[in-house]
Amino acid sequence: MMQAEETQNTNSGRGSGKPPLVEMNDISISFGGIKAVDHVSVDLYPGEVVGLLGHNGAGKSTLIKVLSGAYQMDSGEIRIDGEKVEINNPRDARANNIETIYQTLALADNLDASSNLFLGREMVTPMGLVNDAAMEAECRKIMGQLNPNFQKFNDPVSALSGGQRQSVAIARAVYFNARILIMDEPTAALGPHETQMVAELIQKLKAQGIGIFLIDHDVHAVMELCDRASVMKNGQLVGTVDIPDVTDDDLLSMIILGKKPGEKTE
Amino acid sequence: MTETSSQPVPQKSKQNLFQQLELDMRLLGMIGAFIVLCIGFNIVTDGRFLTSRNLFNLSIQTVSVAIMACGMVFIIVMRHIDLSVGALLATTSAVMAMTQTELLPNMLGMGLNNPATWAITLVVGLAVGTLIGAFQGWMIGYLTIPAFIVTLGGFLVWRNVAWYMTDGQTIGPLDSTFLMFGGTNGTLGTTASLLFGLAATAAAIWALWSARRSKAAHGFPVKPVWAETTLAGIISIAIMGYVFIVNSYAIPTRRLERMFEARGEIMPEGLVVGYGIPISVLILILVAVTLTVVARKTRFGRYIFATGGNPDAAELSGINTRMMTVKIFALMGFLCALSAVVASARLANHSNDIGTLDELRVIAAAVIGGTALSGGLGTIYGAILGALIMQALQSGMAMVGVDAPFQNIVVGAVLVLAVYIDIVYRKRLGAK
Repeated sequence: MMQAEETQNTNSGRGSGKPPLVEMNDISISFGGIKAVDHVSVDLYPGEVVGLLGHNGAGKSTLIKVLSGAYQMDSGEIRIDGEKVEINNPRDARANNIETIYQTLALADNLDASSNLFLGREMVTPMGLVNDAAMEAECRKIMGQLNPNFQKFNDPVSALSGGQRQSVAIARAVYFNARILIMDEPTAALGPHETQMVAELIQKLKAQGIGIFLIDHDVHAVMELCDRASVMKNGQLVGTVDIPDVTDDDLLSMIILGKKPGEKTE
Repeated sequence: MTETSSQPVPQKSKQNLFQQLELDMRLLGMIGAFIVLCIGFNIVTDGRFLTSRNLFNLSIQTVSVAIMACGMVFIIVMRHIDLSVGALLATTSAVMAMTQTELLPNMLGMGLNNPATWAITLVVGLAVGTLIGAFQGWMIGYLTIPAFIVTLGGFLVWRNVAWYMTDGQTIGPLDSTFLMFGGTNGTLGTTASLLFGLAATAAAIWALWSARRSKAAHGFPVKPVWAETTLAGIISIAIMGYVFIVNSYAIPTRRLERMFEARGEIMPEGLVVGYGIPISVLILILVAVTLTVVARKTRFGRYIFATGGNPDAAELSGINTRMMTVKIFALMGFLCALSAVVASARLANHSNDIGTLDELRVIAAAVIGGTALSGGLGTIYGAILGALIMQALQSGMAMVGVDAPFQNIVVGAVLVLAVYIDIVYRKRLGAK
């Protein structure tokens, strides 16, 4: 691992001697000769939020899509609880309790909230038909916890506001007992109040022992929400730092200059 | 995917009558247009349009296009298109014509009008249609060739495969049992039609009631009882009205005489027998009900609409969209073959130009019925109504005596107008 020393962290499983929840070791992936991700290693412990930072095109989204099964890596390995796993498609990722909330809000606009919540995992009646009433009931339950103001259960999600849509996307991850949650700029499309709601939700999920990869290019959001941050530039890992040890400026210089804090003074 | 603004959507204000009925305004609009059309033609033709005979004929003329339009809804909802349906109809029709007139009686020595001929023919035709459809779907899904190109190629290929198989000749007469799928040669008779109508009405009311009970069991809001009752009433009137019409269309006396002669009996004097529901219409009803259940109540249907709404989201949710593409095109091929059965049986032979321009009629029926070419939206009943409206327009103009070129000009203009009205309607609703 890149960091020099491990600081004890009370609310995460880090330092307990157990293997990390997720290890992505030496991952490489290229598109038409361009190395989008170049031998990058990151890890994630239970109850921890790890920020992935970098400019557009730094490779952070590509790296994480390997974990969510949207892309296949050219080389490297993924370990969950210390065991090597194969993730070739989104179904494999789900089987490993990895849930993804995409930047582009991967919702089918023409379907209602409960259809989106259960998309790909519909509840069925004994006759094998989809059980809309049961799914709506479950949807009302989970939305009652996450966003009590949510009322539009029978409208297509295209009729919802950005925050409401985001809460549907988050509900999808939470409902299916994600252990590993990938959030790709979860607050990009949201107003201040809705952003606050998502921040509170992240704290709730952390307390449940869920590990979260948070992709963002907003340094401020990462400083506020994350325990550690891994910074990428041009497909390579600049470094991984503990958030309490660094300042906004340290992170910014990692993103812009591609240098770890302290490198100059060493 | 377009990002909708985060401004709050205004809450529904006071609900009007139609909102309480929770009826699709587009559906009401289409039914209204159909009724206006019928009454208009009836006035112009001095009451010849709204006769049981004409309505009976209208329904059997609509079936072939309507069956294919049901499948086209799924194709278009998934953001694809199928330009090859008319040609595929011709190929499957040719295969079935050759099977029942050449292969089975001559080469396999089963003779003419063997009782198994129609069944074997049906299986062969439906299998060929499904396989061709699946093959086209495989090229679209797995080889990622655009559906427009694959089916444009298919349009030329299958039209001419049919030509080559039959040397361009008209193949007939077809098997006598097979002809029962065409319409006038195969009807349920009045008693069975009445029973079917009552059963269908009961089934529709049961479906409404059980949906309401299931909602109420979870404590969700339900419609007021009067709204539910009104809806049930409208459906019952529509079903029983149609049964009444086809039952009151009497089989012509001379035809009835021949039917008795064929059985070696003598027809009683003054006997009047109604046709009842044509078997081809029954097939359409079966297709429509099955596909509506598939669309609304199965995972497969849910995934078709999800893929149409946001293909990336569907893929990321673990839906195998490639296999889905193969399946919907295989279904389309199956339905083309089914339409070929109805169309060739109605004409009593296979002619080289069967199904010509059907691809455009089918797409137009689906689009007039509210299927959005941008994907994700569409209903089976809408497509059938679309097909019915187009057929009513066409045969009404023929009855009035409008010249053939003007008939097509009007149909073309109506298609464009219908889509424009739909766009205006959706804009006013604020949906995309």
